[in-house]
Amino acid sequence: MPELTQLMDKDLIRRALMRISHEILEKNKGTSELCLVGIRTRGAVLAERVQAMVQEIEGVSVPVGILDITLYRDDLTSISAQPVVHETLIDFDIEGKKIVLIDDVFFTGRTIRAALNALNDFGRPAHIQLAVLIDRGHRELPIRADFVGKNIPTSLQQNVKVILQETDGDEDRVIIKENKNGG
Amino acid sequence: MADKNKKVIQWDRRNILDLKDLSKEEIDLVLETAKSFKEVSKRDVKKVPTLRGKSVVTLFFEPSTRTRASFELAAKRLSADTINIAASQSSISKGETILDTARNLEAMNVDLIIVRHGCAGVPDELAKHLKGSVVNAGDGCRAHPTQALLDMFTIQERFGKIEGLHVGIVGDILHSRVARSNIWGLKKLGAKVTLCGPPTLMPIGIEQMGVDVSYDLNEVIEKVDVLMLLRLQRERQKDNFLPSLREYAKYFGVNKKKLSKAKKDLVIMHPGPTNRGLELSSEIADGDNSLILDQVTNGVAVRMAILYLLLGTKT
Repeated sequence: MPELTQLMDKDLIRRALMRISHEILEKNKGTSELCLVGIRTRGAVLAERVQAMVQEIEGVSVPVGILDITLYRDDLTSISAQPVVHETLIDFDIEGKKIVLIDDVFFTGRTIRAALNALNDFGRPAHIQLAVLIDRGHRELPIRADFVGKNIPTSLQQNVKVILQETDGDEDRVIIKENKNGG
Repeated sequence: MADKNKKVIQWDRRNILDLKDLSKEEIDLVLETAKSFKEVSKRDVKKVPTLRGKSVVTLFFEPSTRTRASFELAAKRLSADTINIAASQSSISKGETILDTARNLEAMNVDLIIVRHGCAGVPDELAKHLKGSVVNAGDGCRAHPTQALLDMFTIQERFGKIEGLHVGIVGDILHSRVARSNIWGLKKLGAKVTLCGPPTLMPIGIEQMGVDVSYDLNEVIEKVDVLMLLRLQRERQKDNFLPSLREYAKYFGVNKKKLSKAKKDLVIMHPGPTNRGLELSSEIADGDNSLILDQVTNGVAVRMAILYLLLGTKT
């Protein structure tokens, strides 16, 4: 049986997202041209929460998009069962916008690579920044995050899981699992 | 991306030959996957890199505009390479067998062959002998699975469901592979199906497929939610199935007057090409209730879903 350790609770997650929201506004000098894009599934939920926080702070509702990166994965031909494809919903023009890409766990960097390629097909934003709730290290590509909720040193045998009310129907928390035969 | 909590589904099918073989769950998966692909066709850059490096051949022994263009666009939008072979311009006309042609294509490392042929069972025969995937784009009077899938996708998009709907299929049922594939699919998804057409064009014993049969279009129009019209295949009418085309149009052609007693949200579908003035009048074909062009739009998305499911991952 895998061992479970809780790393963050509901309040810690909320505070981390609040800090990230402030940092996003500070770095981008407000909400002008700012757009949030969450990576399915949990990044999309986090993007909506950050949007609500930004609205609370600045009183402005910034556009939020949802990106499904399945079609841009680099490992499709090496896995044996298809991941279910979901819809990408970006109903605003990203040309010249300041995009903040949001995901839950930042690991190898391959998801972000796929997301950057996908965004590229939608237009040419002014810049793209990356916000993540957890950075667990082990990058396989030269990609870094601009905003990090919490840095967690992990081994490759561990599995970091973010549980969110909206997607998992359970109280927000971040847990770490020990896998016997590797992640 | 091992930490991405992606739902993984079971799909170990290599070919799409007939909806008779697909389970309800597999059909649902195709329709669900197609939803996501519809969005890709609405982008400025209508292309995703998913099938980069894959090769797809369309091998058509019968004329086609829609189906072939639809498959080719679907493959191209997924970044696969495509070539089209029309039998009339190929070595088949020099006497090469279909299987030899297909094997030669496979020797060039083609991953998937889309085939249309006038004889039922040709795609199955190719699938039996080839290592790659085969998709049936219509074989004789037997099956046209991708057409039925796109029809069901279009119905689901309009009504939000298929289960419990009543679908009327009107016209030359005898020669229609579209009708047969739709019957298999619609029955599996829980729709009620009523067939309607002249007795000479109604296959004997078709009730065994779990459908109702009627010879009175007016009676059918009053009851159904979807009216699926079939093309009167004039090339297959040489054996005196009908006294005259005029008589067919009078009894089985759909016009505004006949629709006066229909449900308000009735939709009209047609797999194309339409014979305006024969199966339906222009005012109906271009009217508000017509989903004919939606079917064509959705065809690309459904075929992208099928190509993704067949070629997207290692088998």
